Amino acid sequence: MSDIPRAMRQPFALKFGSAAFLAFWCLLAAFPIFWIAVMSFKSPVDAFAASPFDVIFGPATRAAGDGLSILDIVVGVVVLFYTVKLALGWLPRKVVEWAPGGQVWAGWIIGVIGYALGFVLFFFFVLPAVLGVLNPILGPLGNPVLGLTTIHYQSVWVDNQFYQNFLNSLLVTGGVVTVSLTVGTLAGYGLARSGSNIAFWLLIIALIFRALPHSVLVAGYLPVFINSAEILRPILGENAPTLYGQPLAVIAVLVSINQPFTIWMLRSFFQNIPNELDEAARVDGCTHFQAFRWVIMPVMWPGVITTGLFSFLLAYNDFLVTSLLLDATNQTMVPAIAGYFNRETTTTDQVEAVAAAVSITAPLFLLVMVFQRQIVSGLTAGAVKG
Amino acid sequence: MKFKTFIWFVGPSLFLMLLFIAAPLVSVFLDSFRITQPVVQTVETETCSAGFLQQTCTTTINTVPVIDEETGRVVTTTEWVGWLSYERVLEPRRAWDAIRSFDYNGLMQIDFWAALRFTVMFTLVTLPLVIGVGLAIALAVNNAAKSLRGPIIFVSLLPFIITPVIGSLSIYWLFVGDGILTRGLEAWLDRDIAMFAQAWTIELLMLFYRVWHVAPFAFVIFYAGLQTVNQDTLESAIIDGASRWDRLRYVIIPHLMPLIVFIALIHLMDSYRVFDEIVGFRAQAYVISLQWLTFDFLAADDAGNRAFSRASASAMLTMIGIVILLIPLLRRTWRDHKGGSH
Repeated sequence: MSDIPRAMRQPFALKFGSAAFLAFWCLLAAFPIFWIAVMSFKSPVDAFAASPFDVIFGPATRAAGDGLSILDIVVGVVVLFYTVKLALGWLPRKVVEWAPGGQVWAGWIIGVIGYALGFVLFFFFVLPAVLGVLNPILGPLGNPVLGLTTIHYQSVWVDNQFYQNFLNSLLVTGGVVTVSLTVGTLAGYGLARSGSNIAFWLLIIALIFRALPHSVLVAGYLPVFINSAEILRPILGENAPTLYGQPLAVIAVLVSINQPFTIWMLRSFFQNIPNELDEAARVDGCTHFQAFRWVIMPVMWPGVITTGLFSFLLAYNDFLVTSLLLDATNQTMVPAIAGYFNRETTTTDQVEAVAAAVSITAPLFLLVMVFQRQIVSGLTAGAVKG
Repeated sequence: MKFKTFIWFVGPSLFLMLLFIAAPLVSVFLDSFRITQPVVQTVETETCSAGFLQQTCTTTINTVPVIDEETGRVVTTTEWVGWLSYERVLEPRRAWDAIRSFDYNGLMQIDFWAALRFTVMFTLVTLPLVIGVGLAIALAVNNAAKSLRGPIIFVSLLPFIITPVIGSLSIYWLFVGDGILTRGLEAWLDRDIAMFAQAWTIELLMLFYRVWHVAPFAFVIFYAGLQTVNQDTLESAIIDGASRWDRLRYVIIPHLMPLIVFIALIHLMDSYRVFDEIVGFRAQAYVISLQWLTFDFLAADDAGNRAFSRASASAMLTMIGIVILLIPLLRRTWRDHKGGSH
């Protein structure tokens, strides 16, 4: 403490006030999300109980025979702790060890998928079976204390076939991220390395496009997409497609809507890569494309990953475009949840809608956990330099 | 870089933006002046039923759409109608009557004006709140122990990253009829509370949601800005006897000013497009926004019809607001460009 100058030292009231404010903010930020997660695991009576403790401990759920004992909780927490620990230490070592040189990224994809599958298998199938045998033996330690049921998740994912919406979301977001990064990196590089007037005006126009409300654009697409078979028939002949309801058309639309933001962000990342790097490659006889492919691409990944995260968020979170341009058969997850509004008559329906909402949020939660640093750097890159 | 190479790099992106952003804008502009509707004809049908002495006959006149003999589709015509779609959206005569007789509720009966009022109010109220809350969190985190900062940033990012519709739903479920916070408030105030039965409580929740959702974004940017505050300037301010408040007012805030302008601009653009909250809070019966108005015209009604021309007109009217918002920004960028600082 003594190395802090006296004038910089803070009075107790200020320190306390700042800490209290921060604690309040964290509570405020996490509470709604935490609460819907708790609600989704309870029977409807508990989920909308008057007392918050009833919601957390779930007496009605417990009475119905669904609950966790102290043993379950302890074992579960230990398993989760080691899962995270192994994922951070053991998994990266093994991936680097086993993957052939130059294809580490493929090793990562296979490793992560295998690890996730193993975890799901162990945590949701092996563990409950083992604990089911152990609980009755242990007496008081084996009695359920925390009501918890996964029945709503079952009815959402299995009975209501939410997995189809999940697959559609996967298709749309995957497509948007891939295409928008491919197109955006090229444009961002071109814009960062060209000091011409045209580059400046392109960026300004992109800024104007970024401000446009999406409904304005959709008002332009919708009539054309619905009648596209007739409009395209003179060009494409009999098998001209109706673009309305096509995930590919939605991918193209979302990529374009996202393009202004993507090129601004990637441009600011490319400006941070020193110009001397590609000038050296050019002196050695590379063309611009060769310099881009062999010199810039190996060092551009941090920026590309960050921009990809934001493209992912835009496509994954979108409601307006997907709900208007896709029909009921290939709806993505976020608009599909609106379908629950119309059915939401009983409290069971409400808790099912909550479970669907939590299912949509869970991947985002993982995303922040893994990529927190990239998200923060992406947010500040646009502001501090642009 | 030569112009030709530049075009090769930028081409695909430019093509996409022209095809999917510029072209739709032109088509929306044109569509707002014309109406496509099915051709109808009136058909006179006489139905007779047996009666005593003579038949009872009734003649009914029905309007039915003309159907193309070959394709089996409804025949449509497109005609230029001038400002008709705009008049249907704006309802200028009714609005003017309401204004002349100082009938505020009358004006708010017209969807467009109600949407405009809410959108502008929403944008202007959330702006200072987002900047204020974001700055307060950034200062508090900067004041906290280093080991706590990572977890705090993680928790703070959650409201920002969550799907807007889901985020507003999560708050909706806290305040719905038998939600936990409604129950708490009812027990505390000892009266019945229905948060979603009148407009002003819904608006309050929407304002809260938006600040909750965007403040983390402002916080992260301000926090990054705080790391680059010049320590020498701060120290000389202390030597000169500046109090804590003076240092904040005269050193830190001027340093953060470009960031405040940046956040204000992004926030103005984004909150002018307010839409997901209306879906999440199911507010459409009480409160609507400009973007929701267009969405509503575009969505198929019970008969499967979509009001494209009115949607185009309301989209163009929404655009006017964006243009007004962007003019100061563009003028500034143009000045910077001319000044050669670029």
